[in-house]
Amino acid sequence: MIQVFVREFSGYLSSLIAYMVIGVFLTAIGLLTWVFPETSVLDYGYADMDTLFSMAPYVFIFLIPAIAMKTFAEEKKMGTLELLLTKPLTETQVVLGKFFAAWALVLLALLPTIVYYFSVAALGNPVGNIDTAAVVGSYIGLILLAAVFSAIGLLASSLTYNQIVAFILAAFFSFLFYLGFDSLSAFAGTQALLVKQIGVLYHYESLSRGLIDSRDVVYAISVTIFFLLCTTVVLKSRLW
Amino acid sequence: MSLQVQQLTKIYGGQKAVDNISFSIQKGEIVGFLGPNGAGKSTTMKIATTYLPPTSGSVWVEGINVEERPIEVKKVIGYLPEHNPLYLDMFVHEYLQFVGSVYGLKGSNLKTRVQELVEMCGLTREQNKRIEALSKGYRQRVGLAQALIHSPQVLILDEPTSGLDPNQILEIRKLIKDISREKTVIFSTHIMQEVEALCDRVIIINKGKIVADDLLENLLRENASLEEVFRSFTNTVAA
Repeated sequence: MIQVFVREFSGYLSSLIAYMVIGVFLTAIGLLTWVFPETSVLDYGYADMDTLFSMAPYVFIFLIPAIAMKTFAEEKKMGTLELLLTKPLTETQVVLGKFFAAWALVLLALLPTIVYYFSVAALGNPVGNIDTAAVVGSYIGLILLAAVFSAIGLLASSLTYNQIVAFILAAFFSFLFYLGFDSLSAFAGTQALLVKQIGVLYHYESLSRGLIDSRDVVYAISVTIFFLLCTTVVLKSRLW
Repeated sequence: MSLQVQQLTKIYGGQKAVDNISFSIQKGEIVGFLGPNGAGKSTTMKIATTYLPPTSGSVWVEGINVEERPIEVKKVIGYLPEHNPLYLDMFVHEYLQFVGSVYGLKGSNLKTRVQELVEMCGLTREQNKRIEALSKGYRQRVGLAQALIHSPQVLILDEPTSGLDPNQILEIRKLIKDISREKTVIFSTHIMQEVEALCDRVIIINKGKIVADDLLENLLRENASLEEVFRSFTNTVAA
């Protein structure tokens, strides 16, 4: 697994992908948080990081599918998947290696935004007046959200030879899981809460209040594992 | 017994790609696997390398069943798939290190092994290039080097010389000859001179069935050339 991780991660770093992802993410988030008047912390009047945490998932919906789209689709197209799967590696090891590489790249892009915490803290009145617990909870939420989206991206990529198709599938399902269930719950009547809880947003918002509820963490990890298992099954389907 | 194939059948969506074939290859043999396109050569190789499962029948590599213990089979075979897929964005050196590490080679062992293969496969001048910058002949050498990195007992090469120019073919052929001294090699090809130059034994497969399995000299005794042998066994249209 670790060999696949190293290869994938250094693959990101030695191509333009990593720098594009980090650059685009930080630029988009920077503009939203500090420059655009509608969302800027400076115009908002409250020294909190809500802008970052509410906008980052939408940036992720586009960015993570772009990171993950080549993971399997390209290998299938180039024939290297046959090479990889005839090496002494299990499908699970291949999937996990690729998953951790994609996830790690997203976390690398997220890392510099920690600076925002100190900037916002300095803007508070009195200085340093910031809800640290909520920030930590939100970061955990974002990290888990990145894991869910990466797993969705991997599954989408394993289903097709075409990277564009993989991207669109992944973006759609990320969106559906993030917001879709939440919005659909309006139709569910008495089952509304249940449908809401299938989606990521419910759990993400719960974490962002600063209360790290094990149910939310277990939810995110389970959904991630579910999609990774599906990916493994897709890879193994050649053996049926 | 290095490779044993027993009553192997593979059906793709109703069509028999491989139809009840059996053969076995002894340690140290070099076997040429011939047949027209679509005869089932690649399918047989894919099953022997655990990439595809057989519909029925079994394959053992070094006495290990490919369906029961695939990981152990993968450790003892070196495989060059058809069309030689490679990670084009990697450097030659980096790629060989990656493949070596997958086979569990580490640290200085891995480094010396990669260096050995770079020299053996004539990649010394190319080792710091990206694979995408290499010509087809050099890519083929990289493909061979990755198949050899863990000194496998059994080498399975699917058309190792397709698409190369005559000089490159000679070089790759010499390379296969050199490495085959202490290994079992099975390779497929469409170039008959290659079989004559390399193999002890020839297996000809047509429409999923084995139509000839004999020592090269026996096959050549009755016919003037291997091309005639090939045509007489596989040409269904009257000449």
